[in-house]
Amino acid sequence: MMRESSLLVGDAHRVEVVGAGDYWMEEVRAGETLRITDLKGNQAVDTLFFNADHPHERYSAFDTVREQRNLYLTVGTTLVSDDGNPMLDIVADTCGRHDTLGGACAGESNTVRYALEKKTMHSCRDSWLLAVNTHTQWGLTKRDLTHNINFFMNVPVTPTGGLTFEDGISAPGKYVELTARMNVLVLISNCPQLNNPCNGYNPTPIELAIWSS
Amino acid sequence: MSDANKYRDILPGGRHWSFLARQGTTLELTDVEGGGNVGMLLYNPANPLERLNLPDTLKCQHTFKLTAGHCLYSDMGRIFCSITADSVGWHDASSGTCNAGIVARKWGSTNYQEARNDYCRNGRDCFLIELGKYGLGRRDMAANVNWFSRVDITEGGDMDLAVGHSTPGANLTLRFEMDTLVLMHTCPHPLDASPEYPRKPIAYALGVAPTVAEDDPCRLSREENGRGFTNNALYLLGTNAAESLGESS
Repeated sequence: MMRESSLLVGDAHRVEVVGAGDYWMEEVRAGETLRITDLKGNQAVDTLFFNADHPHERYSAFDTVREQRNLYLTVGTTLVSDDGNPMLDIVADTCGRHDTLGGACAGESNTVRYALEKKTMHSCRDSWLLAVNTHTQWGLTKRDLTHNINFFMNVPVTPTGGLTFEDGISAPGKYVELTARMNVLVLISNCPQLNNPCNGYNPTPIELAIWSS
Repeated sequence: MSDANKYRDILPGGRHWSFLARQGTTLELTDVEGGGNVGMLLYNPANPLERLNLPDTLKCQHTFKLTAGHCLYSDMGRIFCSITADSVGWHDASSGTCNAGIVARKWGSTNYQEARNDYCRNGRDCFLIELGKYGLGRRDMAANVNWFSRVDITEGGDMDLAVGHSTPGANLTLRFEMDTLVLMHTCPHPLDASPEYPRKPIAYALGVAPTVAEDDPCRLSREENGRGFTNNALYLLGTNAAESLGESS
């Protein structure tokens, strides 16, 4: 569902750009609103959330879709943790649909999906692993990296049970906005995948803006 | 049922168990009464950080459902097991498992003091118990398969559990392509709307698989699976198992 936000980027207390293939690992406090903007269009933003006060509680993709009984994320979706707690609400969305079924790219899955020699290409999981092993104060490891949200990605299910990766329904300037209901640690990989249309074969930067409650 | 089965057992409804399935063995699951559900998670016993990855499994085979010909992948690009036979046609890989809150909301709270071993277990607690046996915990949890259950998706994305999907005697066979720690429970699917807590027994049988042929349907069902089998053969290089996957050189 499309809903525009009334917030102005000029009022945000923090605005920054995350380059293609980079990660962003920061805390967003309860009540704050985070906007992710697809600056150039067709960019997948692979995102994980953790409870910043108890980081072993984390976003659960399957609990989230099951609780709302709908596979796609948009305005009205509450992101649910593995303990069943609400973590964030999607409050604005000019894209209309986001995926949480497709997971993240990794060198190892690239070998299966594309070719064995693709294993050394940069991937979302590499970004996440570097993030958790650099920002060690959170105590996270590979154990904590599970099934993520792919903001701006479109992965429709067919009636016969097929899965398709459609060209993005996103476009330059489309955004999604989330209000945190607990203190959350946000771990974003701005996806570097070059082997499929999820980034239009040309990964591009995103903008993050955060408003105080 | 295959004559190669060496061991048979029945897991009552609402229970849990786990075991090591070695490369080259099979697990046959049978929904004895129909309407059953088996929640399952898979790990590499040599390094449990390697675990079932359903997003990778679904996207590399461009499928939302699981059935014969599909392989179940780890996050390391390897195949834990192949689905070599399936009379059901569609198994769910998108709904997760029931937890204490879901069971209490649907069927009320029960406890051991009142109900003894008929208390209504939930899938998440079952997995936590089985994980604990191997020194694993909540951080090791991943999204699970729900065998025998089908969730239909509308064009708008709405999810509905199909009623009466699995019939009495429905069965499937998994063939393990590497050593795999198998965790399973027989708790209800989290979208089950039955008025009473469903207790559906599941029969399971362990057996030995023949060598995986070059023209094995799971290997050939997609180009991606051919590469997955190659990854497994590399992992098993130097063992007899590598040859049984058809990669002797």
